[in-house]
Amino acid sequence: MVKDLLIILISSSLVSNVVLSQFLGLCPFLGVSKKTETAAGMGTAVIFVITLASAVAGVIYKYILQPFDLTYLQTIVFILVIAALVQFVEMFLKKFMKSLYQALGVYLPLITTNCAVLGVALTNVQKNYGILTGIVNGFATAVGFTISIVILAGIREKMEYNDIPDSFKGMPIVLLTAGLMAIAFCGFSGLL
Amino acid sequence: MKQNKITERLVNGLLKENPTFVLMLGMCPTLAVTTSAINGLGMGLTTMVVLALSNMFISMLRRIIPDKVRIPAFIVIIASFVTVVELLLKAFIPFLYSALGLYIPLIVVNCIILGRAEAYASKNGVVSSLFDGIGMGLGFTCALTIIGAVRELIGAGELFGFAVMPESYVPCSIFVLAPGAFFVLAALTAIQNKVKTAGEKKGRDMSRIQSGCNSDCMNCQDTGCSKRFYDTSSKEDAINQSGNAAKVTAKKEGKNNG
Repeated sequence: MVKDLLIILISSSLVSNVVLSQFLGLCPFLGVSKKTETAAGMGTAVIFVITLASAVAGVIYKYILQPFDLTYLQTIVFILVIAALVQFVEMFLKKFMKSLYQALGVYLPLITTNCAVLGVALTNVQKNYGILTGIVNGFATAVGFTISIVILAGIREKMEYNDIPDSFKGMPIVLLTAGLMAIAFCGFSGLL
Repeated sequence: MKQNKITERLVNGLLKENPTFVLMLGMCPTLAVTTSAINGLGMGLTTMVVLALSNMFISMLRRIIPDKVRIPAFIVIIASFVTVVELLLKAFIPFLYSALGLYIPLIVVNCIILGRAEAYASKNGVVSSLFDGIGMGLGFTCALTIIGAVRELIGAGELFGFAVMPESYVPCSIFVLAPGAFFVLAALTAIQNKVKTAGEKKGRDMSRIQSGCNSDCMNCQDTGCSKRFYDTSSKEDAINQSGNAAKVTAKKEGKNNG
């Protein structure tokens, strides 16, 4: 059991990295990676939301959708649950955990549309993960997202001083960097 | 007159506001499923069906849906159509269903669909909304097929599954793997930048061309998914940190209020 969870932890965070090999959550990956600090903040918020969302989605799937034979409604239910959850988490943090809200609050609204959140919830269902396994998978995926976004932000900070051909300024050079990072992450595939 | 409007919508989606090449929306599926031309075509057509139907429906219901809850309402409509299409694919085209896998349900969060619902269907008539959806969908399909074809040609030496390269050609398989998607897109945005600067030099208005999610989708003001669930104006701090595009939004809003 523990071994299985460990394998999921490594494979979801490094081997099949959510951004670099599955292309989920690409928008925040490219958009919020200008500074390392903001990237780390975004990453923390994503870890928080994805872990929570995969727990809630797992419970709903197992105890509501499956017993009533409504599994075909999963997409609709998950997207609404995630949207409501993010809204709720934001309100909760604002009221009861001021310091955490100041650290994460600003990133929360940006996460609802992060396809990684919905993607993880659906993957958990597709792969028939139990609730605990699903939570571990969600956490690992989000950690993978955080690792890659922080690395990209670090590289982008250094790149500001480089001389880049005109037409490659802005997005193209960031995408090239992401491609090189994806090649590097391919190296992890021998890990399992 | 009406005929003109329909063709105008189709041309608009295919060329003028091509969702992939000009607006750069919906990049996640674009990168993920374009490992071959046939996958790109399948994904494009699936998205087109959802886009046309949801556009039509949202346009029909535009006077009934209250303004405050419109985004959740749009999402439910879109998610319903995605589910319908998903089940149909599972039943009738299983090979495509297994090839696209997770990315079919993820059409729900594709920026193009909500973007069109918000920008066009919620303000225009049923017929022109339907054709706007078809036009945008065709543009998306063409773009995905072209990207898929390029990747398949370089990465596997094939086109739609048929070997077209001479036998001596050694496929550069990195192009069908994940990194290739980033490289192809990087080349694409570089070309787009070049066209944009060249056009600006000649004094043409190139503001329509958006080079990628320079900020993030949430904040691409005109086309993207701004204000999906939230009123972003209260989140100016967050947005100011994450990019300049949002500053423009804030300014615009300020102007509107004034």
